[in-house]
Amino acid sequence: MSEQAHASTGTYLRVAAILVMITLIEVGVFYVPAFQNILVPVLLVLSAVKFVLVVMFYMHLRFDHRFFTFLFGGPLLLALAVMVSLLFIFYGAVRLRTGV
Amino acid sequence: MSHPHATSMGLDSRKMAFWAFIGSECLLFGSLISTYLLYKGKSLVGPYPHEILNIPFTSFSTFDLLMSSLAMVLALAAVQRGDMKQGKLWLLVTALLGLIFLGGQVWEFNHFYHEGLGLTTNLFGSTFYVLTGTHGAHVTVGVIWLLTLWVQALRGKLGPAQAMTVEITGLYWHFVDVVWIVIFTVVYLIQ
Repeated sequence: MSEQAHASTGTYLRVAAILVMITLIEVGVFYVPAFQNILVPVLLVLSAVKFVLVVMFYMHLRFDHRFFTFLFGGPLLLALAVMVSLLFIFYGAVRLRTGV
Repeated sequence: MSHPHATSMGLDSRKMAFWAFIGSECLLFGSLISTYLLYKGKSLVGPYPHEILNIPFTSFSTFDLLMSSLAMVLALAAVQRGDMKQGKLWLLVTALLGLIFLGGQVWEFNHFYHEGLGLTTNLFGSTFYVLTGTHGAHVTVGVIWLLTLWVQALRGKLGPAQAMTVEITGLYWHFVDVVWIVIFTVVYLIQ
């Protein structure tokens, strides 16, 4: 894969349109009472799609050398692992202390 | 590849170093977002998030930052093809959209402070201001960086030969955007 190959202007505009549409859906879902039970997973998935679109197309990871994906993806996965671990430890400790 | 900054892998060393820096930034923001989540719903006194967060206003800020990312890639594409007129225009647009975002954040912080939410008011205030304030500081650095490039372009010191400099600036700017995508969801929409 080339280090210089990037997307076309048309692709950038299409990605921008998709990002705006997803943001509108996110805000719409937030205000619809019927979605309240599944709000968190829906919002997390939509947010992840936006994140991936920006990283793949605007930061050019889709077209760049895979080593850049490794440099970014490794710490990102580590950060996610730390986040999940901390949440488990914290709420596990609260459960132990309160018995609930 | 034979450019002067090539590594033994044939990749540009500046770009490689910058991706490593962005990786370290993932850990910084990961820890701040973790802290926000750990203390979510633990405030003993108000104001609470649902009482104070303004979703329509923040949605506009999100739209503004997404459009700044589009302007940034258009600036890079223009510089790469040697169209410096367009390059200068889109660099300025990106910086201005960043300034609008910062103006919105200053207004939001000022409004929250007058509503009674200070840095030490409750756990929500502490974690909210540290997380969004750190992001705002990154946006500020990005705006200064973009304006510096724009001035360089005005003075004729930025052209296709410096496209990698613009690309690295873009990487930073888009990273700031993806961090906001996460903050908008975790802090504002999931209350």
